[in-house]
Amino acid sequence: MSLTLTHYLILSVILFVIGMIGVIRRKNLLMLFFATEIMLNAANVALVALSSYIGDLTGQLFALFIMAIAASEVAVGLGLLILVYKKQGTLDLDNLTLLKG
Amino acid sequence: MEAIAFYVFAVLITALFLVTVFSKNALYAMSSLAAGMVLISGIFFVLGADFLGAVQLVVYSGAVMALYAFGMMFFDATKDVKEKNPSAKTIFLLSGASAVILVVIFSAPQIGRNIKALVTGTPGADNPHVIGEVLFTKYLIPFEVAAVMLLVAMIAGIILAGKKMDVSLSESEDDLVDEASELKEQK
Repeated sequence: MSLTLTHYLILSVILFVIGMIGVIRRKNLLMLFFATEIMLNAANVALVALSSYIGDLTGQLFALFIMAIAASEVAVGLGLLILVYKKQGTLDLDNLTLLKG
Repeated sequence: MEAIAFYVFAVLITALFLVTVFSKNALYAMSSLAAGMVLISGIFFVLGADFLGAVQLVVYSGAVMALYAFGMMFFDATKDVKEKNPSAKTIFLLSGASAVILVVIFSAPQIGRNIKALVTGTPGADNPHVIGEVLFTKYLIPFEVAAVMLLVAMIAGIILAGKKMDVSLSESEDDLVDEASELKEQK
């Protein structure tokens, strides 16, 4: 049985759903970052698979830009995480009720 | 051969990321995330995207190492991370969203059957060669914008994390509150 594009897309959707489960399920800010990384990687797998099977390089370049976005997201996110920890003393998302009316 | 590699990588990545999402131990979650990222670069190599595989290894070893450092700072690795159990609403939302994504993914290849390759680069050249060729011609401006974005993110990270690094923000505020209450008492 040879590999088709659908195999890679199914892998991608499985990984994306795992990441989404993590985003909704996790209550800890740092654990939430892990889940977002998983979702970004799932998108990368889909883009590279499409690029490879269609023979168009655009998908690979977009995956490259997604990696750049992921890197900057981690940088800013960790900065905010430190601030939250300094203010709240915990990383639990349920404690972030500052803007609650 | 390609199929064997794909199935091995796919099963391992799925298992590792499931551990990342469901593990209660922060150390296990981080380690399995790092291993999963490395194995995803294996998927890229199988697909013939050599350059992206290498970039994946470099970028995510860096990013995940930073997360690692923070995890070690914030968590006791021997203790479990305390989290509440998801509610019924969460489970409903999860299953619904998963179903929608599955339908889209399975129907997308049918819609995209007559897509033609537009950006192909020099035929017969290596993958890093053609990536560089296209990146520095057609995608030059997005590339520069990404560079500026990374600079902005770096400065933002430094400003956010490094501001008053010598004094803890919460402590200094507590001190102010303490001083104010002491003044009141003296009066």
